[in-house]
Amino acid sequence: MTKAKIKAVGSNELQTVEVNIKTNTIFMNDNAIHASDLQLFNPINGTVFGTLLNYKGELELLGGAVHEKPYQSPPIAPVLYIKPANTFNHFGAEILMPTGMDKLKIGAALGLVIGKRASEIDEATAMDYIAGYTIVNDVSVPHESIFRPAVQHNARDGFCSMGPWIIDYHEVEDPDDLTIRVFINEKLQQENSTSNLIRPISRLLADVTEFMTLSPGDVLLVGVPEHAPLAYVEDTIRIEIEGIGSLENIVVAEMDIGRRNVI
Amino acid sequence: MKKARVAYGGAIHEAIDWDGRLKLDDGRIIEEGKAQWLTPIEPRTVFALGLNYADHAAELAFTPPSEPLVFLKGPNTFIGHQAFTRRPADVTYMHYECELAVIIGETAKNVNKEEAYNYVKGYSIANDYAIRDYLENYYRPNLRVKNRDTCTPMGPWIVDAEDIPDPMNLTVKTYVNGKLVQEGTTADMIFDIPALISYLSSFMTLSENDVILTGTPKGSVDTIVGDVVVTEIEGVGRLVNTIIGDEAFSISNQM
Repeated sequence: MTKAKIKAVGSNELQTVEVNIKTNTIFMNDNAIHASDLQLFNPINGTVFGTLLNYKGELELLGGAVHEKPYQSPPIAPVLYIKPANTFNHFGAEILMPTGMDKLKIGAALGLVIGKRASEIDEATAMDYIAGYTIVNDVSVPHESIFRPAVQHNARDGFCSMGPWIIDYHEVEDPDDLTIRVFINEKLQQENSTSNLIRPISRLLADVTEFMTLSPGDVLLVGVPEHAPLAYVEDTIRIEIEGIGSLENIVVAEMDIGRRNVI
Repeated sequence: MKKARVAYGGAIHEAIDWDGRLKLDDGRIIEEGKAQWLTPIEPRTVFALGLNYADHAAELAFTPPSEPLVFLKGPNTFIGHQAFTRRPADVTYMHYECELAVIIGETAKNVNKEEAYNYVKGYSIANDYAIRDYLENYYRPNLRVKNRDTCTPMGPWIVDAEDIPDPMNLTVKTYVNGKLVQEGTTADMIFDIPALISYLSSFMTLSENDVILTGTPKGSVDTIVGDVVVTEIEGVGRLVNTIIGDEAFSISNQM
């Protein structure tokens, strides 16, 4: 049993509950309810910042290109981006395949939920600023260049699913050693671990807050592992992070949604 | 109508211009200098445009983009009128960017250019400071250049859309210590306001208090500690900001 916070549909407040991470169930009023039987809303309402190129394998894939145009040199500071509010999505919800496209990139990320205002914090105390952890499906339209990618690749509606809950910080012994698995239609498509981060969590928080204050409720994604799997229409995606739980979503054609609305 | 958000007497108020003074939402009239200016709205998603003025793109030796170069800014970077922006000690090139801020008034999805202005509730001014020393070529412009704490003053007012009949023909000026250093016109935007609203809403939903910072004309020069930077847009107002160093910033932080 693990202490977590959820946001059930119809409530504006986070609710503290006990969950079973292995079975993805929530204990409420002496009943064990599976996450998919409860309408869970996205538990996040702060700003979501993503980190790029923070997995060793991801940077290795770029190889010598980091010294060439347009990049010119390997990254010095954390490479960050923002997932705006329109992208927020939740457990069990649909992710829309944009009309005219046929595949989406699935970025499986551990999300650090900030617990108190973090400005110029040092590595030694960085972990004290984390309230908890969540699972983030950072969806994007596949694109090659990361020099100046168009915002339309990763800022589309529903392209940032988060949940099913926030696991309390003290329940996770070592967030720098968590296995991440992505299953598409129940088939394992990716496996990695936060032990492969270039900047481990405390270092990442120190380097980010050197120039940018993180506020309570904000989320910092620690990175997306290399070889992000692709998903197609009607695929079911499950991202599993050790000690945190499983986040499930389904890909649906945007056109079908439009049609449904008309009906 | 011009509206501000200010802190006064320990509370946050909406305020309107009252002949050089401020009239608070509870009817009190106060001297401008007594109020602490906040950003005129609480920005939700903020878009900023890179190289959206033909002359600025030329200045930086870029060919004008074929698609708007949009990046996003987080809430940490915004401060109000008459506030202080920090210049780190190790920096050699930090420049202002005077930009017309377009504030969205209602939910917008797949809006065409002809109807785009119906979704604008007002305009403001933003000074989108950049610190060139920190520029890296990944996800440009990187957040360390463009999303630093205190580096995006915004205000003083939100001016109602109906009071700006032609936002695509406004003079944009920046003064440093009283000297004119940047001058252009919104008429020179590569992608105009209707094009930007139409473009963004074609792939994402815009909501009230989303803000589009529409880019800056040419004329960037380095600003140093102590400089008073005034960004001014015809009919929208005059946004005043002062650059401070690490030491002054830390001390004012402790107060």
